[in-house]
Amino acid sequence: MSTVALIFEKSTTGKRAITFPKCDVPEVTMETLIPAELLRQKPAALPEVSEIEAVRHFTQLSRRNHGVDVDFYPLGSCTMKYNPKVNEQVAKMPGVAFTHPLQPAETAQGNLKMLYTMEQWLCEVTGMDRMTFQPAAGAHGELTGILLIKAYHESRGDNDRRKVIVPDSAHGTNPATAAMAGFEVVSVKSNPDGTVDLASLKEVVGPDTAALMMTNPSTMGLFDPNAKEIAAIVHKAGGLVYYDGANTNAIMGYVRPGDMGFDVIHLNLHKTFSTPHGGGGPGSGPVGVKNILVPFLPVPVVEKQGEQFVWDWNRPQTIGKVHGHHGNFGVVARAYAYCLAYGPELKEVSEYAVLNANYIMAHLRKYYDLAFDRFCMHECVLSAKTLKNEVGVKTLDIAKRLLDEGVHPPTIYFPMIVEEALMVEPTETEDKATLDRFIDAMVRIYKEAKEDPERVKSAPHTTVVGRLDEALAARKPNLRYRAE
Amino acid sequence: MRYIPITQADKAAMLRDIGVSSTEELFAANIPADVRLPRPLNLPPALTEMEILTHVRDLTKANADLTEYTCFLGGGAYDHYIPSAVDTFLSRGEFLTAYTPYQPEISQGVLQVIYEYQSMVCELTGMDLSNASMYDGASAMAEAAGMVVAQTGRKKVVIAASVHPNFRRVVKTYMHGIGVEVIEAPLDHCELDLNKLEALITDEVAGFIVQQPNFLGHVEQVRAIEQMVHAKGGLYVVCADPISLALLEAPGNYGADIVVAEGQSLGNAPSFGGPYLGMMATREKFARRIPGRIVGGTVDTRGQRSFVLTLQAREQHIRREKATSNICSNQALNALAATVYLTLVGKEGLREVACLCAQKAHYAAAQIARLPGYKIACKSAFFKEFTVNCPQPVDQINRQLLGKRILGGIPSSVDYPHLNNAMTIAVTEKRTKAEIDALVAALGEVK
Repeated sequence: MSTVALIFEKSTTGKRAITFPKCDVPEVTMETLIPAELLRQKPAALPEVSEIEAVRHFTQLSRRNHGVDVDFYPLGSCTMKYNPKVNEQVAKMPGVAFTHPLQPAETAQGNLKMLYTMEQWLCEVTGMDRMTFQPAAGAHGELTGILLIKAYHESRGDNDRRKVIVPDSAHGTNPATAAMAGFEVVSVKSNPDGTVDLASLKEVVGPDTAALMMTNPSTMGLFDPNAKEIAAIVHKAGGLVYYDGANTNAIMGYVRPGDMGFDVIHLNLHKTFSTPHGGGGPGSGPVGVKNILVPFLPVPVVEKQGEQFVWDWNRPQTIGKVHGHHGNFGVVARAYAYCLAYGPELKEVSEYAVLNANYIMAHLRKYYDLAFDRFCMHECVLSAKTLKNEVGVKTLDIAKRLLDEGVHPPTIYFPMIVEEALMVEPTETEDKATLDRFIDAMVRIYKEAKEDPERVKSAPHTTVVGRLDEALAARKPNLRYRAE
Repeated sequence: MRYIPITQADKAAMLRDIGVSSTEELFAANIPADVRLPRPLNLPPALTEMEILTHVRDLTKANADLTEYTCFLGGGAYDHYIPSAVDTFLSRGEFLTAYTPYQPEISQGVLQVIYEYQSMVCELTGMDLSNASMYDGASAMAEAAGMVVAQTGRKKVVIAASVHPNFRRVVKTYMHGIGVEVIEAPLDHCELDLNKLEALITDEVAGFIVQQPNFLGHVEQVRAIEQMVHAKGGLYVVCADPISLALLEAPGNYGADIVVAEGQSLGNAPSFGGPYLGMMATREKFARRIPGRIVGGTVDTRGQRSFVLTLQAREQHIRREKATSNICSNQALNALAATVYLTLVGKEGLREVACLCAQKAHYAAAQIARLPGYKIACKSAFFKEFTVNCPQPVDQINRQLLGKRILGGIPSSVDYPHLNNAMTIAVTEKRTKAEIDALVAALGEVK
């Protein structure tokens, strides 16, 4: 079986999966409750199936999906580490899953205390003063952080700071965020190792600089040794510095962005703090700030008054809200459990993440080009440039051939400053045997590319579907099922 | 090292292969000594799995949770029933521990789920296309505001004051970033004042945002409003309650250009406010303007129907600062919950849920209206929430209800001071007559 019919195609009129208790209050006709012109005329054509059909449908679909629980997932910059099961149990506890965001604070003291404590812990890890949990993902955190910076400049009447500087090695979310917050984006060239080019930075920084956004370790998997100096250069020009914490899994317990002079950071709890990615979300992107930005944090902020935890809404300089409630609390609860599991030993997470990445690099450098020859942090960037020139096998082909090996490919064609890039992030939760299996697979593909390039170029061969016609999908959009 | 499976022997062998004697050398090669943290992290000592569970159980004991308290709170987060099979799939590791489906050949499961999700959202809302979900209802509304501004090139957005106060806050925060003025259209009691609205909708207005039913629970004159907005060339954004769409007309059938919704009601636990999902659907003509991931159908090299992320030329990883939004991660697992929920309740079941909510809410309203000192604040129709003027400040009343293990309604006069001592009460299909009667009795005993 290589396709699964859509749930709509399995629908049969009259089938039911669940019934509800009979109405136990006196019923009246709907027309007396709601004006006829507002009532729905034609019901939504939702599927009609039995429970067993529904269960089999989604079980069959799940079997057509790769996850960390299935096998290795070294997707660079995404930190696809193991997601501990106890965290799921924590998130399902009634006190977590079945509490209402608008219930009075005095009836949710456990949750407020959890947020307050977690804020203190993450401030300790990052060297920041306060934190908000409203952002639901990394990009949401970026937007929040840049809006905080905007509010800061506005509060000082410093209204000519229209520009945000972003290195060209950055994730696409950085420039997109700056634009969404109403700033002009100034792209600054990176050095070949992905670090910020100080001379180029000094040329663009000035009285119109609102902020610099920096990812460190950079998307090349290398720590920028000039981070502190970069922060100082931007500060001297009156701008603030934003730390994209997507790669925090490399630095916990070793170095803190706050200590290097950064004013804002976002973390990705779904990366560094092991909460599951869920097929693309939910994430959580808490934002930490230095004291100068605390007045602008989204409302409400958790405060402790004596032994009571309260929501503080009375913050006249706040940027407002970025989430309907308190952010993805269920995700924060999972990350809280993860912090409990490690405590100060979080440093070992980073230690082994870096060990694993360097181990892969040490073995694969004999076969693939290195984007830059230096010990890496938690991920290494390889390139298939030579292989492509020699036999015409591209990075995309290697990625597709890896699918036949049962592992998820690395991130490909990113960072964009590296030709034919393969960005490998093994994380600390993989053992040596798994890393060896991946290394063997990459070597096997390298050799096959030389001996039988067509076999690699036509991969994958064993997956439920072959390569997809993506051009057709974009040219003739088919975005929903429609009944015949 | 709870989840680190590397033995000391493995570590030694790996260091040897790398050519260093310790991991410290790897860090020293990257991080200058003067910025290193010279001390251990000041965090409480590590706990075992057993200790973690005890710790969190003890911590959250201080909460009044909805398994022990009867909930009449709504405001975008509802105590609807979640069928057992929903959790079965949220727990499947293949869905739970996958990333965004960048490699479609090994992600057909989540891609097909999202395609089915998009199809269901289109059915519910009466729109042409839907994205794969956004962070929550409020941020979806803010993104819709950005979309109408980008589409029309106008720099003002009008929003009904009857939209959820937190949603309005989020819209204002986002719009401040791009220098767009947000104007609130005032209410006449619990619903929009259409005369005042008409004056506000000018040909400088990019769009108008309404919530149906509104935050106070009551229905707005969505058809009349549509004419006002479109007459001036603006776009019409409707924020809907997805459960209500089994009973109330689909916004696509009364001229909405963009429909957004808080999707929590569809199989997602209230979880103290998240993770939920923002739903967003629009017309075909705005396909290249909509933010977020979209899944489309195509064929593979073997001619089989298959699914892939598509129309990516709108997105940040391709377009960078010219993208329609910076959104990357969304709420895919919550969209899975919504898809499984809508599959399980199905066409008839969703209508049953909606009717049960409406019947029970109207029963509750009628009983409360008979109590001395209480009055339904608005004469207009409502669905599963309604607003009551109370004889005392709502905080005081709610404190007394707590003693009876009842979480009373939202003290809505905090955001709507013109409504004296107002409480907005939500009644879902889970509330029994006995629970409603207990609420009514408790309200009647308020001192």
